[in-house]
Amino acid sequence: MERLEFSYPARQPVARRVHVGVVGSGDLEVLLEPSPDGQAHVSVNTSVEGFGAVWRHVLDRFFGRFDGAAAIEINDSGATPGVVLLRLEQAVEALRE
Amino acid sequence: MSARPRASFIELSARERAAALLDAGSCRELLGPFARLKSPWLPLQGIVAQADDGVVLARGRIGGEAAVVAAIEGAYQGGSIGEVSGSKIAGVLELALRDCERGRAVRPVLVLETGGVRLQEANLGLATIAEIHAAIVALRRHVPVVGVVAGPVGCFGGMALAAALCSRLIMTRQARLGMNGPEVIEQEAGIAELDAMDGADVWSLMGGEQRYATGLADVLVEDNAEDIAAQVRAAFDDAAPPRTAQVEEFRRRLAGIDAQQPPSPEALRRLWARERQP
Repeated sequence: MERLEFSYPARQPVARRVHVGVVGSGDLEVLLEPSPDGQAHVSVNTSVEGFGAVWRHVLDRFFGRFDGAAAIEINDSGATPGVVLLRLEQAVEALRE
Repeated sequence: MSARPRASFIELSARERAAALLDAGSCRELLGPFARLKSPWLPLQGIVAQADDGVVLARGRIGGEAAVVAAIEGAYQGGSIGEVSGSKIAGVLELALRDCERGRAVRPVLVLETGGVRLQEANLGLATIAEIHAAIVALRRHVPVVGVVAGPVGCFGGMALAAALCSRLIMTRQARLGMNGPEVIEQEAGIAELDAMDGADVWSLMGGEQRYATGLADVLVEDNAEDIAAQVRAAFDDAAPPRTAQVEEFRRRLAGIDAQQPPSPEALRRLWARERQP
């Protein structure tokens, strides 16, 4: 198990909190809520160690399109990068509902 | 959740299942993921914890009456019951009991999707399962306690006892119910006893259809969220005594079985046919 922390600049406030996903095999859950300091923060708990650079790439790509000041917790059970991006996009979609 | 036509219940998450069983628009989650009541034990063993520990509690209404649903998420750690997830279920049943004792009836529903106790939390999980059993027995004196086993995990171990204690048990054909899961039986008793990979054999022994045919489940329902919600509503109007209160009847049934010559699943259906039940 490994814990990773990332921060990104943000422009838009996030109005509410959303939860998607499940910590099942090859899947993850995302808890997204307003960030207290106007920046975006991601804390990742993952069952697979040594993939910090891959997480950085996936989150770089996600925050290239999302500029919300969100505090995001990810609890991951070995999801592939594609599944991680889909769950993050699902969270953003839920935010807009 | 908005009701879709012929929506599968099995494919829903625990959170969606709770909403599907409660009257439309009435669902309000208690101690949701942002409460972050996680297992303190799993991370110590290198396992990532889920923010709700795999149990969704929701208040709302069923058939217009106050209700509470505890739904286990089978996709997280096999729906296993740990200290936190078990305490959530026991706590919500105990609060419902307190409301009932004060004259405010609350309709309790358990959505059971679990392999039983979480082995990583061992005795703490078992202790909460005992609390769940005690709460069900206390609560069902006031109001029917309705259990749903939909699949695909099924319901095993100490939580199979919880299912048996429910006033009314609703199952789908896809669901399984048993003390030991097929893999455990194969591992402990050998493949000659049960081949866990033989789906037809496993379901003939512990599948929803067999459990219904032998009177160990009360309702057999298609995998359809609306049908299951309707059966849950109907179960609260059924005044028949809980199965585990029918002690003499089950003594009689057991007396009809020769443990040296255990009946086949088909023979058990004849021995314990529904028509013979009181």
